[in-house]
Amino acid sequence: MSVLDVIQAPTAVQPLAASGEGGEFVAPGPGSFELPPWAEVAGFGLTKSMLLIVLSAVIIIGFTYAASRKSAVVPGRLQFAGEAVYGFVRNTLARDNIGSEHFMKFVPYLFSLFLFILVNNYYGIIPFLQFPTFSRIGYIVPLALIAWFTYIGVGMWKHGVLGYFKHATMPGGVKGPILILLVPLEFFSNILVRPVTLTLRLFGNMFAGHLLLILFATGGAALLSSGNLLYGAVGILSFGLGIGVSFLEALVMFLQAYVFTLLTSMYIGEALADEH
Amino acid sequence: MDVTSLVPVPMAAEGHSPLMPVLSEVILGLIVFAIVFFAIRKFVVPNFEKAFAERTSAIEGGLASAETKQAEADAKLAELEAQLADARHEAARIREEAREQGAQIVAEMREQAQSESSRIVEHGKAQIEAERQQALTSLRAEVGTLATSLAGRIVGEALEDDDRSTRVVDRFLADLELHEESRGAGSDA
Repeated sequence: MSVLDVIQAPTAVQPLAASGEGGEFVAPGPGSFELPPWAEVAGFGLTKSMLLIVLSAVIIIGFTYAASRKSAVVPGRLQFAGEAVYGFVRNTLARDNIGSEHFMKFVPYLFSLFLFILVNNYYGIIPFLQFPTFSRIGYIVPLALIAWFTYIGVGMWKHGVLGYFKHATMPGGVKGPILILLVPLEFFSNILVRPVTLTLRLFGNMFAGHLLLILFATGGAALLSSGNLLYGAVGILSFGLGIGVSFLEALVMFLQAYVFTLLTSMYIGEALADEH
Repeated sequence: MDVTSLVPVPMAAEGHSPLMPVLSEVILGLIVFAIVFFAIRKFVVPNFEKAFAERTSAIEGGLASAETKQAEADAKLAELEAQLADARHEAARIREEAREQGAQIVAEMREQAQSESSRIVEHGKAQIEAERQQALTSLRAEVGTLATSLAGRIVGEALEDDDRSTRVVDRFLADLELHEESRGAGSDA
């Protein structure tokens, strides 16, 4: 206690109460994702995430168009980069999961999906933007619904409506009363739950990751400005950890885009498959 | 301020749960994704596919032409090797022929030389024989003359008459030959 007394500022009785602007430190929570609208357009509040998602469309279309415009046999640097991403989605995700017969129909969709999620995720660690669009669940819902309609629609196109339900709920080679148990389970997991898990997985990762980054950054700032040397040291550690978590997030952001696209193509491939 | 303020509050200020989608965001997300999808399907994927297809065909074309060239080169090589083998054969044949011809020529030459030499020898013999005959004839005449003149000188000059002396000599020689023959026959017997 005596050491602490020496190094502590005499008035710092309530250290966490200190903050940059003299207000109290408010820990980040779900409220951190409810940003006030930037502008009012036709009665709608235009928020940061809305601007960001529109910007993502500009970035994606601009980049891919610029990369593919020349379609040269010997690619330049930009075309090579675009082809690397496109080839990755086309061959690794689409062709390997859907099969070489039908995959080309889904390549535009999967390629758009992958880039759309990737760009919007990386907003989370790009300076000044720093907000992953998909930490707002509303933007994920249409993507999950599209995936859901796509794989069910494809399955029904291939097997017929009843045929698809049979294909999706009755595992091949299983007979007898066990089906009474299996069919509802398979129906639940293959048809009902998939869009929900797609949504929640992406949302949860982006939400939690961003929350963690905010916590390390604002907490670090609050500790540094507390006027207490020890808390200040912890604040520096917090910033250091924040940087580390940013790198982790960079990986998670890619992985989530990859997983979402991979699962979508797997669902499509499964719906198109002849047998289980 | 107590510890509870550090625990994230489940509800935001307006009481909106982060798990509840906002309709305007759903609609905006749908529209933006649709725009991205259609733009990519219309403008981007065909270009990438075109580049892929062109590259594939370029590589395949290159491989095919390389294969053709290789086959051509192989055919050429085989042809050249065949030609070379032919040429070697030809050379060997010509050499063999030349050797045969050479041997033939040598044999012919030898034969020719032999016949020539024998002809020369024959000719020489004939000449010698002729000369001997001539010498014999002229010697016979001369011996007669000499003997006659010798005898004449011995007996005087009574034997100057040519006709007579010739007759005497001829008779003498004929006697001599006869005598030789009979002696030869006598020795044979």
